[in-house]
Amino acid sequence: MTGPGAAGEVVLELRDLHAHLSTRWGVVRAVDGVSLTLREGETLGLVGESGCGKTMTALSILRLLPRPAGRIVRGQILLEGEDLTAKSAREMRRVRGRRIAMILQDPQTSLNPVFTIGNQLVEAFRVHLVEGLRALRRRAEEALRQVRVAAPAQRLRDYPHQMSGGMKQRVVGAIAIAGSPRVLIADEPTTALDVTIQLQYLTLLREIQARTRLAMLFITHDFGIVARMCDRVAVMYAGRIVESGPMRDLFAAPRHPYTQALMAAVPKMGARPERLVAIDGQPPALQRLPPGCRFAERCRYTDDRCRREYPPTFTVGPAHEAACWRVEPSAPRP
Amino acid sequence: MARLEEGLSVGVVAGEALAGIDEASDARGRGALARLPWIPTLIIVALVVAAAGAPLIAPHSPTEQSLPDKLLPPAWQEGGNAKYLLGTDVLGRDVLSRLLYGARVSLTVAAAALLAGGAVGLAVGILSGYVGGRIDSVLMRIVDATLTFPTILIALLLAVSLGQGLRTMVLAIALILWARFARIVRGEVLTVKGRDFVALAQVRGCSHARIMGVHILPNVMNTFMVLLSLHIGFVILVEASLSFLGAGIPPPTPSWGQMVSDGRSHIASAWWLSFPPGVAILLIVLAFNLFGDWLRDWLDPRLRQQV
Repeated sequence: MTGPGAAGEVVLELRDLHAHLSTRWGVVRAVDGVSLTLREGETLGLVGESGCGKTMTALSILRLLPRPAGRIVRGQILLEGEDLTAKSAREMRRVRGRRIAMILQDPQTSLNPVFTIGNQLVEAFRVHLVEGLRALRRRAEEALRQVRVAAPAQRLRDYPHQMSGGMKQRVVGAIAIAGSPRVLIADEPTTALDVTIQLQYLTLLREIQARTRLAMLFITHDFGIVARMCDRVAVMYAGRIVESGPMRDLFAAPRHPYTQALMAAVPKMGARPERLVAIDGQPPALQRLPPGCRFAERCRYTDDRCRREYPPTFTVGPAHEAACWRVEPSAPRP
Repeated sequence: MARLEEGLSVGVVAGEALAGIDEASDARGRGALARLPWIPTLIIVALVVAAAGAPLIAPHSPTEQSLPDKLLPPAWQEGGNAKYLLGTDVLGRDVLSRLLYGARVSLTVAAAALLAGGAVGLAVGILSGYVGGRIDSVLMRIVDATLTFPTILIALLLAVSLGQGLRTMVLAIALILWARFARIVRGEVLTVKGRDFVALAQVRGCSHARIMGVHILPNVMNTFMVLLSLHIGFVILVEASLSFLGAGIPPPTPSWGQMVSDGRSHIASAWWLSFPPGVAILLIVLAFNLFGDWLRDWLDPRLRQQV
């Protein structure tokens, strides 16, 4: 499956974004210089292990970092050219839902248990439309139909607990796109779903994207989903993007040792089921980051320079970049 | 792709079948109202009727004395008089009439104190739980401080300083109640706040006020309603205790606690002075507690069908 069309203009751009969390144990540099671009109609996969800053990046974009601990210390978030870091709380409220929407991991708690599905959809539409209740109800029904919920008119009267997880996640999707946003951040939206339902849900997201030209930031740690969903991939490690590029190029020839190790850890179909490949060691604590490359402690190729100096980002192919000394153009090829 | 389409259409058919099942369960849900707990409901209705209709139902004035008729036993006992169904007290006042009028005091105090204390407690609890941080710490320390005072002590202090009366009593009970409500509501808010739908409401651009009012309040409402119903019993008991101690509604206005207290010195010879108001208190507290149990299940959409 390929993307739903050539990438359009840039909708969202992060420039050298730094977001810190001050905790009892020190300042956690959760997002430490992340730059990425997201174009209209494009899906960018943000991949990395737990705690590497994927969700914090998403929350920074929405300016919803946990308060008072979290704050954006440096960098810009450009949504269609406007810098979100400079906006007031009131202005940000108008951005959320209408221009950027989000889907979270767990459909079980993503809906308010005391309201019917219909009420919640109507509320989502009401935020940005001035219409009568009847018109809003019709919209809600139409929205359910668009996310392929069967018998939408009856479903509107259901409470969340009367629906299955997959169904609920569809409703969450319908609520997210109710404000016709330009950007949808999906934070592991299928992790809590059955594998068969996952596929349906991903297909549905693709359909919605093809129809609305949404730009999607897809946070996941599942390379299978990346391969199915994403046009481009950014691999994150310890608060930074270590490699980014077109999905096919990155899968065919990962250049950063961390990406290579991640790929090697994905079990292969047909291979003999022996011990699963793992990356030794732990990522560094984000409050005591080493001066050099963050992956140095776990990398096979580490040398002195890796420990001393963080590598800059090198271009390694068309739109394909990696932050590793080994891909430096002058360096000897591995 | 084709297989996917198939999968989707299977899903659609299954969904339609499910919709049918859900409609059936919906009907059961509405039937829950019919499964009201009858005995507690009847007792509560009887109390309301007694309080509202006391002037019409009561055979005598609750304060009218008739010394020749003093300490008459209930009508069915030897020496009883049909004029006084439940007998008379030391001053010859009709026990039944005083019981009926006493329901007014109990209900008024309960309603006013719960309304005031409950509303304050709910607001403080939601604010404290949702906002958190320093505001939460300050509010909860105030709650802690309030909870350390024994109810009766505060009421006695107030009665002494403000003078006895309905208003003092309501104020005293509300002063205690708000803290209990705030503490429990706050805990509930903390669990609700952590769920994703609150985060998503924020992602959709809802303001904090809207999140508290529209998303959190309805989710703590069932806890709150149950707290209310459970505390009705508590309030009536406190009111009775205060009246029993002589810090309640000043005589001759009848109140149940006062009646129990007055009858205490005659308990060996005239059981009918303390017994009817005592039983009334017992029944009412029990009825409201049972009713609260049912209410909790009924208010929760997930439990409604099983009620």
